[in-house]
Amino acid sequence: MMVLVGGLAACGGGGSGGTTTLQWYGPPDSAGATDLIVKSCNQQSNGAYRLVNNPLPSTADGQREQLVRRMAAKDSTVDLMTVDPPYTAELANAGWLTVFTPDERAQLLQGVLDSPTKSAVWKGQLVAAPWEANTQLLWYDKSVAKAAGVDPTSPDFTWDQMIDAAVKTGKTVAEQGNRYEGYMVWVNALVLSAGGSILTDNDKGRDAVPSLNSAAGKTAAEIIRKLATSKAADPALSSADEGASLATFEGPTGGFLLNWPYVYATIQANVKLGSVRKSVLDNLGWARYPEAVAGQPSTPPLGGGNVAISKFSKNQSKAFAALKCIISPEMEKQNILVSGNPIANGAVYDDPQVQKLFPMATLMRDSINAAGPRPVTPYYGDVSAAVQRDWHPQSSLNPDSAPAATAKLISNVLHDKRLL
Amino acid sequence: MTVTAPEREASVVPAEAPHSYGMSERTRKERRLGWKLTAPAVILMLAVTGYPMVNALYLSLFSYRLTDPSGRKFVGLANYGVVLRDSLWWQDVVTTVIITVVTVAIELVIGFVFAMVMNKIIFGRRTVRTAILLPYGIITVVSAFAWKYAFALDSGFVSNWLGWLVGKNYNWFGHRGSALLVICLEEIWKTTPFISLLLLAGLSQVPEVLQEAAKVDGATFMQRLWKVTIPNMKAAIMVAVLFRALDAWRIFESIFIMTAGAQKTESLSFLTYRQSITRVALGIGSAVSVLLFVTMVIIAAIFLKGFKVDLGTVKGERR
Repeated sequence: MMVLVGGLAACGGGGSGGTTTLQWYGPPDSAGATDLIVKSCNQQSNGAYRLVNNPLPSTADGQREQLVRRMAAKDSTVDLMTVDPPYTAELANAGWLTVFTPDERAQLLQGVLDSPTKSAVWKGQLVAAPWEANTQLLWYDKSVAKAAGVDPTSPDFTWDQMIDAAVKTGKTVAEQGNRYEGYMVWVNALVLSAGGSILTDNDKGRDAVPSLNSAAGKTAAEIIRKLATSKAADPALSSADEGASLATFEGPTGGFLLNWPYVYATIQANVKLGSVRKSVLDNLGWARYPEAVAGQPSTPPLGGGNVAISKFSKNQSKAFAALKCIISPEMEKQNILVSGNPIANGAVYDDPQVQKLFPMATLMRDSINAAGPRPVTPYYGDVSAAVQRDWHPQSSLNPDSAPAATAKLISNVLHDKRLL
Repeated sequence: MTVTAPEREASVVPAEAPHSYGMSERTRKERRLGWKLTAPAVILMLAVTGYPMVNALYLSLFSYRLTDPSGRKFVGLANYGVVLRDSLWWQDVVTTVIITVVTVAIELVIGFVFAMVMNKIIFGRRTVRTAILLPYGIITVVSAFAWKYAFALDSGFVSNWLGWLVGKNYNWFGHRGSALLVICLEEIWKTTPFISLLLLAGLSQVPEVLQEAAKVDGATFMQRLWKVTIPNMKAAIMVAVLFRALDAWRIFESIFIMTAGAQKTESLSFLTYRQSITRVALGIGSAVSVLLFVTMVIIAAIFLKGFKVDLGTVKGERR
């Protein structure tokens, strides 16, 4: 419905006193941060453009599908679009995103953290502006950590120590183990943290080399299996998403949780509502993502959203002006304060208001800085689906055979030798 | 189309008789006008059905991703080999066969009962017919959501009702068998009215005199059903089964809404959708869709040739 309204507005845009209407497609935002940014940018533009927000479907897959279909049809009514970092390369490789010049690149990346930039670059060129940047932190119950005699904030806290501590205290390590993208986030973070990668030579497109069959791949599988077969496993691990794993952490068996920073505001709200014990909030601690291999700094998961300009937009320069407004530090601050989503601009984390809302703001920024993207490849969807298919359910994962089998499956799927 | 064939033959043949002696000016003009009037429809049909089919055949010969245009390469028939050797294809064939056989068989029985009720009922005829036809008027996506919510663990009431049987926390969509059961139930609920409508048409064709003659001879209800009613409406039954089987074979919405293909509930249509739309693997996706088309042609051929279904007899023109 909203999309339809947006489409109609686009048709009428030309006639309304010469103001160019720019259509921005992005995930739905119930908090209203996007609407606020659109309103502020429209005011700042002094009539140069009128930005209109068009919500895409609520799931990441649905968002990607609609953007791909519109771009494949060379839809000129899309000017700006928010693209999930893993799918940015796919759209760029198809030639659907405007490639920024070195001068534009410098303007768009001012103050932007390094890690989010990695997911917005394809074949050496910037194809989108990092806007939101997300990362997972380790959330833990301080009393559980104390009882187990561990310090999760210590720089060399490992997955092994965490699982052992949970087993020792009869608590759980809550993770996202459902067969969906969230599980791929976990696998990828473990492989990167162990010093490996799922895919190498990504620029070669379908001839990229799957590199999961490595010591790092094996270490990642061993950690997942160890957790899944231990008493520290959440009974619902194989079907748990972000919300379900948070619910486990908030429950009586909660000990440790790996999740995005939105959980901080959610726990506060739930305690206020009375649905969660106050002690959960009182004992809440946070730390950087644990190490996969002792002594080797972890590579936390990276999420977020990039904003790109469609190649088919007829308002390239105005879309660029709007994009600069959207990612300006002023708007980024509005975004994190209203939506609670971490953002790509590093300096904003020092803002007193942001620090007040997120006491762990500095940790979030450090974690984003250290985070690693999921494989940047136009075939990301296939790579992720192959990993999810072979590595699920966690309890029957075989660390000796799974990495090699998945590497082979990825290669076969990329070359159209297997269905997926 | 074929339904009207006999009528056309009857009226056109005599008019064409003078053809060999030179068609009258008027007939020729009418013919030309006929062609002109049908041309837009024919062209439109070719454009919207013929072109995509030919295009799918062409695309299926390539290894081609929409998002990797430079990686496009000609592979001949290799995609078909990949699909037919892949266990996923055969798993989905089995799933689709299960859904088709189960739903069509049950729908045929229930649909026949409904048709007899609709045929015989005297009081409240309209109300009963409307009540029976109601589910068919509901959009499939809506009915799929209704069934999903009814069986879902968090919002559903079915687990509560059947708690004594399967346990209160039974995840209906967490197991292949129970998920397929719910999908089949939804299909049966939704499309039985369609089959009963077709059967009602066949039922009303059975001459009442035959029934009365059988009654006079002392035939029981079951004997009349098996010896008089069913043999006389065999054509209608076969057409109903053919239409429903082809319909069930391309099941998509219920699965998309209820399980999204998880727990091995994926059908062939869903497999095609995922390859072509989600993975934008246009080459191998087109190969899957061509193979899906071939399977439907095979089903239709089995019915039309194997069971000698004559679509022309539906209206009772030929016997």
